[in-house]
Amino acid sequence: MFRYYLKLGALSIRANPALSALMVAAIAIGIGACMTIFTIQHMMGSNPIPHKSAQLRHVQMDSWSDANPYNDGANPPIQLTYTDARNLLAAEQAVRQIATFKSGRIVEPEDPDELPYTVSGRATSKDFFAMFDVPFKYGSAWDAAADLSEEFVVVISEPLNERMFGGEDSTGRRITMNGDTFRIVGVLDTWSPVVKFYDLNNNPHEPVEDTFFPFSTAMANEYGNEGNTNCWKPPEGGDRAAFLNSECIWIQFWVEIPDQAAETQYMNYLDAYVEQQKELGRFPRPLDNRLPDVEEWMILNEVVDDDVSVLLGLAVLFLIVCLLNTIGLLLAKVMRRTKDISLRRALGASKASLFSQYIIEAGMIGVAGGLLGIGTTWLGLLGIRNLFNRFDFVEKLTHMDWSMTALAIVLAVVSALAAALYPTWRACQVTPASQLRIQ
Amino acid sequence: MLKMTDVSKIYRTDTVETHALREFSLTVDEGEFVSVTGPSGSGKTTFLNIAGLLEEMTSGTYELDGRDISKLNDRERSRVRNEKIGFIFQSFNLIPELNIFDNVDVPLRYRGLNAAERKRRIEESLDMVGLASRLKHQPAQLSGGQQQRVAIARALAGEPRFLLADEPTGNLDTHMADSVLDLLSEINSNGVTIIMVTHELTLADRAKRNIFVRDGQVTDAAPEFLRAANG
Ligand SMILES: Nc1ncnc2c1ncn2[C@@H]1O[C@H](COP(=O)(O)OP(=O)(O)O)[C@@H](O)[C@H]1O
Ligand SMILES: [Mg+2]
Repeated sequence: MFRYYLKLGALSIRANPALSALMVAAIAIGIGACMTIFTIQHMMGSNPIPHKSAQLRHVQMDSWSDANPYNDGANPPIQLTYTDARNLLAAEQAVRQIATFKSGRIVEPEDPDELPYTVSGRATSKDFFAMFDVPFKYGSAWDAAADLSEEFVVVISEPLNERMFGGEDSTGRRITMNGDTFRIVGVLDTWSPVVKFYDLNNNPHEPVEDTFFPFSTAMANEYGNEGNTNCWKPPEGGDRAAFLNSECIWIQFWVEIPDQAAETQYMNYLDAYVEQQKELGRFPRPLDNRLPDVEEWMILNEVVDDDVSVLLGLAVLFLIVCLLNTIGLLLAKVMRRTKDISLRRALGASKASLFSQYIIEAGMIGVAGGLLGIGTTWLGLLGIRNLFNRFDFVEKLTHMDWSMTALAIVLAVVSALAAALYPTWRACQVTPASQLRIQ
Repeated sequence: MLKMTDVSKIYRTDTVETHALREFSLTVDEGEFVSVTGPSGSGKTTFLNIAGLLEEMTSGTYELDGRDISKLNDRERSRVRNEKIGFIFQSFNLIPELNIFDNVDVPLRYRGLNAAERKRRIEESLDMVGLASRLKHQPAQLSGGQQQRVAIARALAGEPRFLLADEPTGNLDTHMADSVLDLLSEINSNGVTIIMVTHELTLADRAKRNIFVRDGQVTDAAPEFLRAANG
C-alpha cells in the first residue's frame, strides 16, 4: 500500500503544481532559517578534538577566598595562580602537562625599511603540541631542555610563515620580537579547531596564535599576560615578584589523563598538594579540585553564546509561521479534493487508509522541502559568511556537516507531518456520500 | 439479503429539518433486480446511500447479509462497502488523473489484493463491459457511455454481492442507456443483486421488481403521478 500511496502522492503533487511548490518553498524557507542559526550554534559548541577530548583535562583548584567564594562556591576558579602552575608543572605528575597564557608580540623585521607589526603569541610548554595533536608543516616542538633553560625558541603559524618567509621551510631561521631574537624550531600546518578550547578566556572562536614560545622563557623575561587576571586579595607589594607570589589567577593549566587510573592518581596528587598548601596558610576553602574534560570545560565556560540561542528561538518561530502557512495550503488542497476523498471512501477506503495516503503525501512534500532546505541553509550560511567576513572565526562556524544536513531533512519531514495533521484529519471527516450526490 | 425496518433519515441544518426517509421498510432478496422510482426529492438517493453504507441512518434497523449495520465501526463499514457493494453513480465519478486501468484498480487496492490478482480482475471486468482495449486511456478520452461502462467495471471488479446504481443512465442518451441496461441484466443473471434508482418507467420495467418511493416511504403500487410524470 505504501507504494500506492507514494504514487497517489506524486499524482496529487503533479496535479497541483503551484500549491505544492508553495508548500515546499514555505517549508524550505523555514528550515533554512532554523538550520542556518542551528548550524552556527552547533559549530560553536562542537567538539574541536573529538578523538581525545575526554583525555584532556583542565585543572581547577579552589584557591579562593572563604569569605567571598569564587562563583558563589558553585565552581572553583577557572585559572591558576603562578605559584600553583609552577609547582604542578615541576611535579610532572601527569603524562603531559602545560601551563599557558596569551601574550602578544611585536615582530621587528630584518629589513629596516619595513615597519614592526604585532602578532598574537602564546607562552606554553613543549607538551602543548603533542597534547593537542597540533600538526606541523616543518620542524617540530621544542624539547624539554629548551623549557628548562628558558631558551628563545619559537613555533610559528602557517600564515605567519607565509607572510615572513613566503611559505618556505623557515626552521633554523631567526625572528626578533620585542627585542628578543628567537630561533624558529617549527612551523604549524593548517590548524583551526572550531573552538579554541585551550583558552576560553578570550574569544573561543578566534584563530590560533601566530607564535608559541616556552612558558619558562616568557616568565624569565617578564612577558605580559593578555588574558584575564582575577585576584581576591591584592598582591603584597607593587613589584612583579609580589604579583607572582600573590593569589591572583591568570594561568591556564592542562593535563593529559589517559585513563581512569591516571585520573584517580592525579586527583590524589592534587588533593595532597592542596592539603600541603593549606598547611602553608593558603587555600582557605574546602578541598574542591576538578578535572573537567574539553567538552565539560566548554559548557562551563558557556562557549555557545546566549545571543545565538535567542536567534535560534526567533528562527524556530519563523519556521512555525511557515508551517502555519503550510497548514493553510494543505487545507486548501484538501478542500479541492473532497470529491476524490468521498469517492475513495465510497469505494472502500477507511479513514485510516485516507489518513495514511495524506500523511505520506505530506511526507513527500516534507522531503522535497528538506532537500530544498539544505540549499536555503547553505545560502543562509553563505550570507552570514559574507556579512561577517571581517571576523575570521565566522568562516569556521558556517559549515554544514553531515549531521546538520541529515537534521535539515528530518526536521523538514517532521514539520510537514505536523502541519499535515489537522488538514488530514479534516480530509478524514469528509463523508463518503457528500460529494457524490446530484440534486 | 438486505433488510431495512423503519429506517428514517433526517437532515438537519441550522434552519430546517428535512425528513428524507420516514419509517422506510424494505427487504431485497439474494439475486433480485429491483428498480426504485419516485418523484424528485422523494428520498431515493438517500435510501441508496444508506443501503450502501455511504450515510448513516437517523433511526431504524438495517441488516445486510444478516449483520446489523449500526453496530459496525468505520473500518468495518469501509470493508463492507469495499467487498460486498458496487456503486454506479449518475455522473460516473471516475478519477480524472487516473487512466482506465487505475480507475478500476481503486477498490481492489483497498482490498489488499496482490498485483497479479488485481490485474486479472481489472482485465476481466473491463472485458465484460467491452473496454478491454482501452486500458491506458484517460477518462476524458472516452464517451459518456464508455465512462459509465468503466464505472460498472470498477463496481464489478470487486466481485460484489450487491450493485447499487443511482440513475445510472441519467446522463446517457436512449441508445446508450439501453446497452447499459443490457449489461446490468447480464450482471444480474450472474447472481448479483441489483438495486437501481431511476425515474424512467421504461427502464424500471426491465427490473424484475419495482419499488415506488414517495415522501420518504415505500408505497404499494405505481401511483398515477409517476405515469403522469413520464407522459
Ligand atoms: N445533505 C443533505 N442535506 C439536507 N437535505 C438533504 C441532503 N441530501 C438530501 N436532502 C434532502 O432530502 C430529500 C431527499 O433527497 P434525495 O434522497 O436526494 O431525493 P431523490 O434522490 O429521490 O431525488 C430532499 O428533500 C433533499 O433536498
Ligand atoms: Mg437522487
